[in-house]
Amino acid sequence: MARFILMRLLQAIPVLLVVITVTFFLVRLAPGGPFSAEKAVPAEVLKALEARYHLDQPVINQYFSYLGDLAHGDFGPSFKYPGRSVNEMIAAGLPATAELGLYAMCFALLIGASAGIIAALKPNTAQDYIPMSTAMLGICLPSFLLGPLLMLVFGVWLEWVPVSGWGDIPGDKILPALTLASGYTAYIARLSRGGMLEVMSQDYIRTARAKGLPEWKVVLKHGLRGGMIPVIAFIGPAFAGLLSGSFVVETIFQIPGLGRFYVQAAFNRDYTMIMGTTVLFATLIILFNLLADIVAVWLNPRLRDLYRSGGA
Amino acid sequence: MAPCSLLFKAKLSRPRRYLSTLIYSLGCLLLVACGNGENNVTTGLQSQTLHWGNGAEPQELDPHIVTGIPEHHIIVGLLEGLVLKDPATLEPTPGMAESWEISDDGKTYTFHIRDDARWSNGDPVTSEDFVWSWWRALQPALGNLYAYMYYPIKNAEAYATGKLDDFSQVGVKALDALTLEVTLANPTPYFLQLLDHYSMFPVHRATIEKFGEPAERGTRWTRAGNFVGNGPFILTQWDLNRLVMIEKSPTYYDADKVRLNAIRFYPTENTSTEERMFRAGQLHVTGSLPADKIAVYKETNPQALRISPYLGTYFYRVNTTVEHLADKRIRRALAMAVNRQQIIDTVTKGGQTPAFTFTPPNTLGYTAEAGFVEDIAAAKALLAEAGYPEGEGFPPTEILYNTSEGHRKLAVAIQQMWKKNLNVDISLNNQDWKVYLDSEASGNFQISRGGWIGDYVDPNTFLDMWLTDGGNNRTGWHNPEYDQLISEAAPAASEREQRYAHFRRAEALLMDAMPVIPIYTYNTIHLVHKHIKGMPSNILDYALYKQIYLSED
Repeated sequence: MARFILMRLLQAIPVLLVVITVTFFLVRLAPGGPFSAEKAVPAEVLKALEARYHLDQPVINQYFSYLGDLAHGDFGPSFKYPGRSVNEMIAAGLPATAELGLYAMCFALLIGASAGIIAALKPNTAQDYIPMSTAMLGICLPSFLLGPLLMLVFGVWLEWVPVSGWGDIPGDKILPALTLASGYTAYIARLSRGGMLEVMSQDYIRTARAKGLPEWKVVLKHGLRGGMIPVIAFIGPAFAGLLSGSFVVETIFQIPGLGRFYVQAAFNRDYTMIMGTTVLFATLIILFNLLADIVAVWLNPRLRDLYRSGGA
Repeated sequence: MAPCSLLFKAKLSRPRRYLSTLIYSLGCLLLVACGNGENNVTTGLQSQTLHWGNGAEPQELDPHIVTGIPEHHIIVGLLEGLVLKDPATLEPTPGMAESWEISDDGKTYTFHIRDDARWSNGDPVTSEDFVWSWWRALQPALGNLYAYMYYPIKNAEAYATGKLDDFSQVGVKALDALTLEVTLANPTPYFLQLLDHYSMFPVHRATIEKFGEPAERGTRWTRAGNFVGNGPFILTQWDLNRLVMIEKSPTYYDADKVRLNAIRFYPTENTSTEERMFRAGQLHVTGSLPADKIAVYKETNPQALRISPYLGTYFYRVNTTVEHLADKRIRRALAMAVNRQQIIDTVTKGGQTPAFTFTPPNTLGYTAEAGFVEDIAAAKALLAEAGYPEGEGFPPTEILYNTSEGHRKLAVAIQQMWKKNLNVDISLNNQDWKVYLDSEASGNFQISRGGWIGDYVDPNTFLDMWLTDGGNNRTGWHNPEYDQLISEAAPAASEREQRYAHFRRAEALLMDAMPVIPIYTYNTIHLVHKHIKGMPSNILDYALYKQIYLSED
């Protein structure tokens, strides 16, 4: 198992290097520079700015000095926000994004798995159709529609929760977490329904029932164990998706997260910020996928034995 | 919900403690939320805290680096220049200088700084502070895009562009600790107006030197806790992309009159969210309002809607170096075949004013004569004269605009008007903001959308951009007579009327040649809560925080 993890980590290095290189040159190829502005920029000012951020040097030199800085964990200064380093902006934005992702994941698991299990207990009845069609709606409803809708109903009309903010007013984290969770909730509902249906038709469930166990015990004790495997395998990639895909929700609810910086950085041609966030998200996605694979191996006894014997 | 918590117990025994903590905290969040009856507007009224929708995260809070409006709103709370403006009339009023004299030739200004002016750390504000700050603002390494605000001062331009090394030759001198003498290159009637722009604000030397070199970009001196200012408020909190809070300064000379205790600025980029925040009582003021909401507010909540004229023009640049657009008859024909009122009624919807001149009407008493009229028959005749009767054979022409729903709708409307009225085919091209800026600056366009907001209340801020080598001209149009009127005749004029006459003549030349097609004069559109008092509208959208307070009646 340790060898498996080590191998995967080593494989990640060339992947990251490719991501860094491609992004580095692509952002510089994009038309429009970081310092172009609506008001004309005088030549002497432009020169001073380019010298300040080393953009006056050959691109290849810039590339290698960037790699050097990166090796020291230094993402460089932001071009758009002169007083901020990219490290500082990531440190400011990542916690909000991670917290939002975590809450969204909890909502998605709570609501999604319950809906899926309930649906699987009586397949092809109203108890199945209602949660599942709601789930379908969740997949179809994009967050830029659901977010404002939730804001209107719970923020403006009912005045239960604030319409935006992050940690300013109690309850301001609920709507964004729900909005971000919606697509994943639906997906988890479908996964758990499928998993449960498969498990509930297995022989050992019939045996458990034949033993005279009450139905709730059959479902919760014996059914869940196998039925939730697909859901658990999905958590890793889902969390990577939640982190890197939260920019729409962050923009709608004005959450000071990293996703918002990412999108703005691209529009602003904030080279260092684009690089910093891309490298970070790439790393996170690689890590979460690795985590998902580890969990999959751990859950599946056959694979587990395979790796154990291979590693020994 | 019950089977769910059991689910975790059954399946994940080890992490179950973490999970149950999480579930518990989620539940608490929900409970707290439902018990929440107060909002920012009600709590703000008691604590005199103003909640301000500020449009975007400030790039910086260094007045010699930034260029934006969100930054302006924060900096004017933290720092104060030599003069202020009366928000009702925009006439200069005493700020850091309690009085000033202007020499008879209009070139020498002597400012007397008030002796009770203090920085927020208790240091007195002196004339040396201004000399040093202005020296700093002109350092090219700082990358100050507003250095040109200093150019009316003698030798400032030469110094900023590196043609002159000796700062002592620039017309700024501290006569004594509280007397500042400023010598101008030409009598500049709007000079006092400039002094209230943040680019000319003083900064605290010791603080800046503590955190880096004077001309170093982006040191930590602007952070909450570090920032030392001389304005009515001090910076107490700056959370990236979340909140900037300023609180009343006890050292401000006029602190007795400051009634607000704090202002909280929110980076409200998403205007739809901002509007919902206003409705939910989270904001007192919004930075803008989506166009399709204006009609709704007019009907349901007209007292919250504040629409007022703004010192800015929405226009189309025409690239006069493109073969067929080099003919001014074509440019004029295009300008004459646009129904501006219809655009305002159906597209922008904010009650803007149709523009027939480039400088907005009544800019400090200056109104230019309309340079053209909307006349489809005359436009057709001009086009025929130029060789395209009934639009026949008119070369393919493109309107460039930066990607935005508002600009797109307007471009579509104009495209249809030109098709219907002149029978010419126009295509549309939208580009991402930075690409659009690049295309425009490099002359890689035919017709391009533009907007210009005056830096100060004077026709000069609109007219000097069309000089031959003006960095914002970008149309390829040039006229020696125009240059002469703007750079020589107008600055040398001794009387306002004479000066305005030169401007009128210049603007007539500009409108006759039509390298720029004015569409409308901007309006500012805000939502303003009824509790806000002491904040009159003006064409600069300028608010004087020390006069603002919150009250129910």
